[in-house]
Amino acid sequence: MDGPALVSILRQGDTLVASVHTALDDSQMLRFQRDLVEQIGAQRARGVIIDVAALDVLDSFATSTLCDIAEMARLRGARTVVVGIQPAVAFTMVRLGMATPQFEVALDLDDGLEMLSADSASPAPGRRG
Amino acid sequence: MQQKDSYPQDVVGVGDGTGDALLAELVEHLRENRPQLRDTWARRIVAAHLLTAMTPEEMNAETQSVYDNYVDVLETGSVEALSAYARDLSERIIPRGVETYEVVGIVLLLRDVLARSLFEKYRADVGMLNQVLDVYEPAANRIANTVAVSFVDERERVIRQQQAALRELSTPALPVRERLLILPIIGVLDKDRASQLTEQLLNAIRKHRAKVVVMDITGAPEVDAVVANHLVGTVDASRLMGASVIITGVSPTIAQTLVTLGVDLSKMNTVGDLQGGLEEAERLLGYTVTRQEGIA
Repeated sequence: MDGPALVSILRQGDTLVASVHTALDDSQMLRFQRDLVEQIGAQRARGVIIDVAALDVLDSFATSTLCDIAEMARLRGARTVVVGIQPAVAFTMVRLGMATPQFEVALDLDDGLEMLSADSASPAPGRRG
Repeated sequence: MQQKDSYPQDVVGVGDGTGDALLAELVEHLRENRPQLRDTWARRIVAAHLLTAMTPEEMNAETQSVYDNYVDVLETGSVEALSAYARDLSERIIPRGVETYEVVGIVLLLRDVLARSLFEKYRADVGMLNQVLDVYEPAANRIANTVAVSFVDERERVIRQQQAALRELSTPALPVRERLLILPIIGVLDKDRASQLTEQLLNAIRKHRAKVVVMDITGAPEVDAVVANHLVGTVDASRLMGASVIITGVSPTIAQTLVTLGVDLSKMNTVGDLQGGLEEAERLLGYTVTRQEGIA
């Protein structure tokens, strides 16, 4: 392939955790998309978590690629949660009119995992005692 | 603060012996005729409807001290005294609700009254009059300029102070339960405050790992289109961070404004009052609150 991967894709149970460590340009973003969608099938993943906590910018291309990934993952039988969107990134996305993306979001990795594990039981993000 | 050095000093007569002698004569004239000149000035202030916020006694006291200071500054020509005088004047009259145009107005009126009296005194000798005015005019203009600049500076300082104070106490995000924040909004929301609110809320969501935010706008008297759209943006941005926002306390006025403005609120989760909002938030988070029998 072309160069070392800039995104680590780890397997945790039947969930794939992809942490984006550094800002990706458009072609790197596409490569990430290809790798991830491939891994979903290879690992038989039921859920995907994309951690963008390290990013201080999410441009429109990155956002739409995340939407594409979520849709492709769904077609391959996995549910996608994007976690760790920073306050400034969130607000910029809203200002650029990208406020209602197709993917689900959670505050951080913890919440994302909880969300996916609560998947089959109850769709609400609640924590029942 | 003041542009101390930007006034030309090469005016005829200023700086040499003739100028100084003339200035002394001029100041003496203004001191001698103080009662009637100050009186004329006060009458013209009233006629021009300036300083209407002051009582006659206050105005009497202020015009006396302004007059004396004015003449002192003419006499000494000291920039420090001038700045100090202007600052002092501003500090005294800003709290009484005096507007910029009034301050500039009264100083210009005083300048004109004094010029008129000099004209009266020297009308027989046009050459002399010209020399006196050469000394008087730059000094008088300098006073007017410095007073205006100081007044505006002082006002801006007060405004900055108040803005800072407002920022300090503005919209705290309060954690009430684990992962639940309350954001009470009190007072008018303008554009600046709204964007500050967004920033504080998003940071608080991350800090407290909030999942639900109850935004209570009972205390906000009104919103305009810009602020309303900004609030919608705040709700969207919060959602991107994994928190859902419940808005409570929408007043009839605000409800009408929002609908009339056509702000898209279909995705907003609103509940009538703060109590209902908290109950809804607890439901979302899976809490149940039960009251223990036999207490209170």
